[in-house]
Amino acid sequence: MNKDNEVVIKAGKSALHYWSEAWRQRELFWILGKRDIMVRYKQTVLGVAWGVIRPLLTAMVMVFAFGKIAKLEQDSTIPYMLVVIPGVIIWLFFSQCLAQISNSIVGNGNLVSKVYFPRIIIPFSSLLVGLLDALIAFAMFLVFCVYYQFVPNWHIIFAPIFLFFAYLGAFGAGLFASVLNVKYRDVAQIIPFVVQFGYFVSPVAYSSDRVRNEWWYPIYNLNPVAGAIDGLRWCLLGNYTDFNWQSFVPMLFFVGISVLISIWFFRKNENSFVDHL
Amino acid sequence: MKAISVENISKKYILSHKKKKYQNLKESVSGFFGELLSNKSDEETKEVFWALRNVSFDIESGDRIGIVGANGAGKSTLLKILSRITEPTSGQVKVNGRMASLLEVGTGFHAELTGRENIFLNGAILGMKQHEIRTQFDEIVSFAGIEKFLDTPVKRYSSGMYVRLGFAIAAHLEPEILVVDEVLAVGDSEFQKKCLGKMKDLSGAGRTLIFVSHNATAVQGLCNKAAFLQKGNLVKYGEVGEVLHDYMASISKFQLQQNWENPAEAPGNDQVRIKNVEIIPEFIAGSKNIDVRTPLSINIEFWNILESAHLNLSVFLYNMTGECVFNVGSQAKTFSNGLIKGTLEIPGDFLNDGSYYISVMIVKDTADPIFFMEDAISFDVADWRAGTNWYGKWPGAVRPINIPVKTWKVDGLI
Repeated sequence: MNKDNEVVIKAGKSALHYWSEAWRQRELFWILGKRDIMVRYKQTVLGVAWGVIRPLLTAMVMVFAFGKIAKLEQDSTIPYMLVVIPGVIIWLFFSQCLAQISNSIVGNGNLVSKVYFPRIIIPFSSLLVGLLDALIAFAMFLVFCVYYQFVPNWHIIFAPIFLFFAYLGAFGAGLFASVLNVKYRDVAQIIPFVVQFGYFVSPVAYSSDRVRNEWWYPIYNLNPVAGAIDGLRWCLLGNYTDFNWQSFVPMLFFVGISVLISIWFFRKNENSFVDHL
Repeated sequence: MKAISVENISKKYILSHKKKKYQNLKESVSGFFGELLSNKSDEETKEVFWALRNVSFDIESGDRIGIVGANGAGKSTLLKILSRITEPTSGQVKVNGRMASLLEVGTGFHAELTGRENIFLNGAILGMKQHEIRTQFDEIVSFAGIEKFLDTPVKRYSSGMYVRLGFAIAAHLEPEILVVDEVLAVGDSEFQKKCLGKMKDLSGAGRTLIFVSHNATAVQGLCNKAAFLQKGNLVKYGEVGEVLHDYMASISKFQLQQNWENPAEAPGNDQVRIKNVEIIPEFIAGSKNIDVRTPLSINIEFWNILESAHLNLSVFLYNMTGECVFNVGSQAKTFSNGLIKGTLEIPGDFLNDGSYYISVMIVKDTADPIFFMEDAISFDVADWRAGTNWYGKWPGAVRPINIPVKTWKVDGLI
């Protein structure tokens, strides 16, 4: 036993101490994330194959509805499937993270009320499930590239960055919601609703070029998913689109501000979680 | 050296007794505007409730501390503060060394995961590193006795297996300080014994143990010091025997004597009236409460109003569940009117631990009960035992230690 081991329990701990403790327990982050992944496909016949089926069907339905019926594919210089997939990757990743994170504290209530560890590890670890799915969907994109004989250019190395931004967007909004959800379970009602209609107000199944000249385009860009999808298209689709600063800058602001506010809000309330669970 | 020093810990809860503060968004919104419009907030009576108040004590490393107290005394709150689940309102606790707390068996078990997967999950949640779990894995499995079910989801486990696995993981945490709640209340007796044994081993290895329990016997067997909480205050802290004595004295609700000076008010009828029923314990040296070793004398006095009656006195001892443990009576004698006294002795090392009550019957002509006084006096017998590692409830209506069971070796192995 040495002095480093000494822990002082009192009202109000320092932030530095909190984060260093979270870092020390980083193994828990992996374990909880791994648990979510393992639990997900237990007692399913198809197992991880669902990770392919979900984005594939989503993309096919979108190509059908937007490409064939709304005839958006006529203006497209590349196969419409390839336009849709980056949107689907980001959207599924974002919505999954948002749903997981916002429910993370309530869903792990049995842990929160019985064991101590820095609570922020729980929403952080919700990343892993969505990330696995995103990687599977990304592999699916590469398969379609081979099929359509399409070669992405060097921009592709930036793809993880936009995935990360989508994650931060989900983290900022989801973390705030997770705190509210502890006290007001209404949040659990709102989130599926947001996830359901959200892809219509994000350029998932259509290119943002279609709405760029509208007067409401700046408002549209307050949605961080728009920036992330535009960015991922720029990474994956070669010269199909230019880099869209109009959606990138609002996304940076949204992500930065929401993450900071959410973390502050989370830290402020985390000690009272146990009283409301 | 000090493992834990608790300095002036208080924990305040505010109980608000108005219609609940808004529990969903709609109520929040409508309540907020309602208050704006009506320009008055609902009168709300707030009650400050101190779950703990200025509690201070030090725990030396290697100590085994039992925390006892009635329900609502603040044991759980103290435990939650020590385990860092809630923060104290004021004061601080300094903890020196790696601490693990076990407020529940199998915290974070996921029903869908297998026993193997849950060992890693639960271990990590309790603060073990993955490589530590790997080195302890086989021991955990054999301690829990679930070798055959390692790859079965825990949702298919029996509740006993579930608890065993949970405790097995916690027992192999090897923390310097282990905080344990009354998790031992579950599980079969065989396993309880194993748990207590394991906890004893831990403390034998110089680890610090904090054990919260109602079960004074387990605390006595396991701990060298105890803290007695009452209504949020630390009433006594020190050597386990003394503290437990105070604790036992505070919870036992006995009535050792009933006495009437005036025959007109005394219970009875126009034939006999009771004057006095009392029980006098002969305390064993060093003990101030009735335990299983304590001999008890019972004195009964009654007024005989009849001129000349052939009477005998019958005494019934009942246990808590209302079963009659025994009924003994005096020889019938002829008495003229006056005050009559009867006594009997219940030897030490005879009754089991538990609550007892005594009823008294006066019988005329050996057949006609003329007065029956029910529940005349009651008393609690505390547990005490030596030379055993078993801390569960001792079975039986009585525990007649004077009936020894003898064993000897008859022959060599065949």
